[in-house]
Amino acid sequence: MSASTRTLRGYPRADGRKGIRNVVVVAYLVECAHHVSRRIVSKVDDLDVHLIGFPGCYPNEYASEMMRAVCTHPNVGGVLLVSLGCESMDRDGLLNHVRDSGRAAQLLVIQESGGTASTIAAGVSAVEQLQEELSRTATVPMALNELIVGTICGGSDGTSGISANPAVGRCFDALVAQGATCMFEETGELIGCENIMAERAATPELGKLIQECVAKAERYYRTMGFGSFAPGNADGGLTTLEEKSMGAYSKSGASQIHGLIKPGDVPPRGGLYLLDVVPDGEPRFGFPNIADNAEIVEMIACGCHLTLFTTGRGSVVGSAISPVIKVCANPATYERLADDMDVNAGKILTGEASLDEVGEEIYQQVLAIAAGERSLSEALGHQEFILTYKSFEPIGPACLPVRQ
Amino acid sequence: MTDNNAANAPSVVLLHPDDNVLISVCHLAEGAEFDFHGQHYRMAQAVPIGNKIARVDMPKGTKIFRYGAPIGSLFATVQAGAWVHMHNLKSDYLASHTRTGRAGQ
Repeated sequence: MSASTRTLRGYPRADGRKGIRNVVVVAYLVECAHHVSRRIVSKVDDLDVHLIGFPGCYPNEYASEMMRAVCTHPNVGGVLLVSLGCESMDRDGLLNHVRDSGRAAQLLVIQESGGTASTIAAGVSAVEQLQEELSRTATVPMALNELIVGTICGGSDGTSGISANPAVGRCFDALVAQGATCMFEETGELIGCENIMAERAATPELGKLIQECVAKAERYYRTMGFGSFAPGNADGGLTTLEEKSMGAYSKSGASQIHGLIKPGDVPPRGGLYLLDVVPDGEPRFGFPNIADNAEIVEMIACGCHLTLFTTGRGSVVGSAISPVIKVCANPATYERLADDMDVNAGKILTGEASLDEVGEEIYQQVLAIAAGERSLSEALGHQEFILTYKSFEPIGPACLPVRQ
Repeated sequence: MTDNNAANAPSVVLLHPDDNVLISVCHLAEGAEFDFHGQHYRMAQAVPIGNKIARVDMPKGTKIFRYGAPIGSLFATVQAGAWVHMHNLKSDYLASHTRTGRAGQ
């Protein structure tokens, strides 16, 4: 695959990372502040002002850490926090964390700001101030080895594993070869792939941890009573969870697996990483990820600048903070939903293009979107965001053998 | 992706030499016929794109291989050319679910 001569430019952040976007996020800190935050964002009506938030009133360490991670993501330049006033999220701690990262940040507390209408009005002017500050950020050259790309599949069918997913795998191999960081996830959708995945691990210890991590996912889903297998998967020709897994697995390409990380862990250097998204400990709080965007948010918390989203049935989602590139596996779905699909990998099945050619097309799309072009879901204003309750133990040193 | 013998209009692909199912790469109507690796197949029922077709006759209990990896076990006997899906294949890990209940039970 060709090394591109395209020069990327990024927004420099104080922690050394660079963003491919310079967005303002408006973050509600409890569901009770969601409406006010949404009205602020819709009144400003700018593709680079995004709504994010956490709905829960009860404290959760994972949710707090995720909010800190996404509010200081390199694609984020400024932050407006919107609190009701009585929820348990540590709003001052979060505000200070964002300000300490060198970003402009403001906090509005609805109970102290005169209620709904006046907080919306104050929020709109706060966002306008933040936008004014952000407009002065100068970009700097950004190398490919500073880019982090995630992948996810959603609305999979029997074509996903033979067109879009292996094509993303080809793109991942090319990115990793250029020194970029790539990430795949959803260990519950890798049930059945644990042994072949372990063989690709950088060390035998890491391989064993990957097997244990998939066993944990299987236990967790067994307790929930369902695997990660939706009725639409069966409508599309997939029969079993392990069949879906094998198709999903091919997104990871053929590179060595350099590490096993958890939500919020930023990979220490380029290479391919597996993100464990299934909580540790006894199953509680419900399903690990209630829908695809919960996984995308976790990859963003790990620093992903953009996400490659493969779909057979035809998902239309995008994401707040990091653009989503849609790769459509099924040629019939592409015909129906062409305006939502950045890449037609269905061409592989109709014989119009080879796997390598589509892999190259995806690679070029990654460079174009990283250079500032809008992906289709981004231009359509898709900014989905899901954050729910979870709990994780920190990773051990054997999870990142490449660090030593 | 390369094991097609119908030059212009491939009907199916064999993803791995060890696989005992073929994958349809277009909609195959009932009665559709194709040759693959010297064997002739005739579809007893319509099969949509991306679905599995038995490569050979297989008894109940046979492990099904796709991508060279096991993806479940047959709970009914199938003939070569038969559609392999929820009605005859189940997970060896966690049961799949449909809009109306759990599969393979």
